[in-house]
Amino acid sequence: MAIEVRIPTILRTYTGGAKQVEGTGSTLAELLDDLEARHAGLQARLVDGGALRRFVNVYLNDEDVRFLSGLDTPLKDGDTVTVLPAVAGG
Amino acid sequence: MLTIPRDLQDKIVAHARKDHPDEACGVLAGPAGSDRPERFIPMENAERSPTFYRFDSTEQFRVWREMDDNDEEPIVIYHSHTATEAYPSRTAISYASEPNAHYVLVSTRDEDTTEFRSYRILDGEVTEEPVTVQE
Repeated sequence: MAIEVRIPTILRTYTGGAKQVEGTGSTLAELLDDLEARHAGLQARLVDGGALRRFVNVYLNDEDVRFLSGLDTPLKDGDTVTVLPAVAGG
Repeated sequence: MLTIPRDLQDKIVAHARKDHPDEACGVLAGPAGSDRPERFIPMENAERSPTFYRFDSTEQFRVWREMDDNDEEPIVIYHSHTATEAYPSRTAISYASEPNAHYVLVSTRDEDTTEFRSYRILDGEVTEEPVTVQE
């Protein structure tokens, strides 16, 4: 089972510069655990205290997972997960 | 140094004035690696606040995907301050997530003049840079 994961510029230090990596998992949480095994430190940029960080957007195909089931969002083979840091400030 | 065509600068200023007293925000896209802003993309401020801005996540996804398809990248990320000077706040610095972008700040605190300044923000460090406007 392969999920394509698109990585934004600022997190490519964890993937050796790759803008896309592959992972597996039946939920988003499992996918992040899987990615962490090969890209140590990536998970902590996305998750804090068991929940998705507020200023990181994660999308399953075209939808923000906040509108789905967050970290429990189920994934299937061939899905694309995209990570984009929120653009925000004061 | 930021080099920006006059008409794009005018569009940013007009957007900031229009959304005042809420902060306005948006992107200037350009060909990847060119450092040349070409396309004006005003964004919705999902916070609708006079002191904070955030790109709506679904709109951001659409715009970023479009840029990727066009082989573009965000050259400028701009937002406005409505009551303070055109200098990035601590939150703007800590959330700056596009290392290659120029962060433009506009201040609409004064009715008659608009401050327009540009910065690079890398690893939490802010450096102001000169702005050259092309006629």
